[in-house]
Amino acid sequence: MTETLLDGPTTDVRAPVLSVRDLSVEFDTRDGALPALQGVSLDVHAGRTLALLGESGSGKSVTAQTVMGLLDPPGRVTGGSVLFRGADLLTASAEERRRVSGEEIAIVFQDALSSLNPVFTVGEQIAELLRVRRGMGRRAAAARAVELLERVRIPAPADRARDYPHQFSGGMRQRVMIALALALEPTVLIADEPTTALDVTVQAQIMDLILDLQRELDMGLVLITHDLGVVAEVADTVAVMYAGRIVEQGTVHELFAAPAHPYTRGLLRSIPRVDREDDTLWAIPGTPPSLLGRAPGCAFAPRCDAVVERCTVERPALVDPEPLSPGTRRLSACHRREEVLHGHA
Amino acid sequence: MAMPDVVLSVENLTKHFTARGSLLRRSPHVVRALDGVSFDLRASETLGIVGESGCGKSTLARTIVGLERPTAGRVTLRGEDVHAARGRDLRVLRRRVQIVLQDPYTSLNPRRTVRDLLLQPFEIHRDLLPRARREARIDELVELVGLNPDHLDRYPFQFSGGQRQRIGIARALALEPEVIVCDEPVSALDVSIQAQVVNLFQRLQRELGLSYVFIAHDLSVVRHISDRIGVMYLGKMAELGDRTDVYDTPRHPYTSALLSAVPVPDPALRGTRSRRLLEGDPPSPVDPPSGCRFRTRCWKAQDVCATTEPPLTAPDPREQAFACHFPMTQPATTAS
Repeated sequence: MTETLLDGPTTDVRAPVLSVRDLSVEFDTRDGALPALQGVSLDVHAGRTLALLGESGSGKSVTAQTVMGLLDPPGRVTGGSVLFRGADLLTASAEERRRVSGEEIAIVFQDALSSLNPVFTVGEQIAELLRVRRGMGRRAAAARAVELLERVRIPAPADRARDYPHQFSGGMRQRVMIALALALEPTVLIADEPTTALDVTVQAQIMDLILDLQRELDMGLVLITHDLGVVAEVADTVAVMYAGRIVEQGTVHELFAAPAHPYTRGLLRSIPRVDREDDTLWAIPGTPPSLLGRAPGCAFAPRCDAVVERCTVERPALVDPEPLSPGTRRLSACHRREEVLHGHA
Repeated sequence: MAMPDVVLSVENLTKHFTARGSLLRRSPHVVRALDGVSFDLRASETLGIVGESGCGKSTLARTIVGLERPTAGRVTLRGEDVHAARGRDLRVLRRRVQIVLQDPYTSLNPRRTVRDLLLQPFEIHRDLLPRARREARIDELVELVGLNPDHLDRYPFQFSGGQRQRIGIARALALEPEVIVCDEPVSALDVSIQAQVVNLFQRLQRELGLSYVFIAHDLSVVRHISDRIGVMYLGKMAELGDRTDVYDTPRHPYTSALLSAVPVPDPALRGTRSRRLLEGDPPSPVDPPSGCRFRTRCWKAQDVCATTEPPLTAPDPREQAFACHFPMTQPATTAS
């Protein structure tokens, strides 16, 4: 499976700002080492949006934590690299690592309330960041904090800067988180389920805000989500994760129009649509796999509707389902990738 | 007054919660969680209820099944007032209306096996089934919801989220209810498991003739499973009608805005759907706006909206009812 790793699904001629290469992470548990990530490779380009799509336990958040240097024991990296502008963060000095993961790569989490300090006003928290990282004076930092709150469209920003996190609604709190993430004008923004906890009208506001700021700052955006609707509306490229691996990758249009992995296909069929009525939903049978004691073949095989004998013994590599048509940058980890892609399996 | 096929009737249901005043705030708050909601649920029908946080949909669920007493209004099950019943009558009524919650993990006692959990309803309603036949009934229930009968002696934590929801559903079905109130029953589940549970609800409805009040914030799931849909905003019903009418030609501006904010999982449609982004968050139910409660976020609002509350009516009885002075005239997709 290594043949594809050096040649990821690039859709942009510019070099990626962030590259994850063959990343593997394990969690040590009482029952043995749990492989949370196995050989994950991703490219993030300036001004473009990569969606990391997956269900709970698929490894999408672990990927984000590892990139940010937030992976704590019992989790540990067992292989691969995280390249920021070509330099490996996993082998960088602690100082360089801190600089990059604070200033160049920023993250927004789902739960803004637990990410903000409850005993400081939001203005103080943003100003503190600017003073520590940018060496700004107290007054300048406070003024810049208000500007940032205004930039994320918080009404009456000068007043709200003096409020504590609990005084904000969920949507406004997420805006504060975005203001904090953007305070240092990062190159890459990782948004880990940024709208999942929000109401649908607020979700739309927050996604719009993130996309506007992405354009303004020419940021690379990694959007971690389980929501196929959000992916369809904002992503340029999509990586679908299952059981710690990327099982399919491609541009959003290719992947939604003709999935090349049975898991992606199953997901797309199993969601109801707000704009039409279907009589029955396709349901992927079974439950997500346990990462412990995994069988040798494809992790999706027990739930797959296109499974053949080979799938239970040999793990499929992540390769292009259309090796003969140049220009496509699809990847699928399925033994029957060509048949699935063309609707024959 | 109730039509013969109406199973459950909710009339002017109102629930106010009083938060006591504190040292600094002497007057008590009144949270108007539910403020005069009415609808009928017909036999073998699914009525979907959608709305954002604070709209009162969970209070509605809890009040229907009797977990809350209404401040005003009533809930009747085939003509009998659910909240007026006492003693034996109350037990019988309660058995006929069950609830399924979002996260069965928090509603299932972690120290009891699935078998114990499924036996519990029969211990409360002792007269329903003789002890000797309860185990057989449990086997039936487990098969009905697609759980492995070999797992009956396991504990809730040994199950995945989807399987736990099946346990919750089996428990709700134990007493053979007519109505199940589902409060966000699939929101905590992974996408691939959601479809399994939605399909299970639909199969059970066909096989057992159940009626559902299906409450969820996921507008796509609600459209899929419901026959009719009610849209709630700040404790009131803003729009109520057939799912296709409500979703394809919404008349209340709130419904229209809500639907337009839902992302559609088809990148080919990107940019073709116009969206109306609502500003801000819903106001607090402690001090809701006068007149129409949506007016503070509504782009069509005029003076009358602040002074006169629009009633929920259906000008054309073949179409949906809505509560708006200046309703939408076009489908949401062509409004801008």
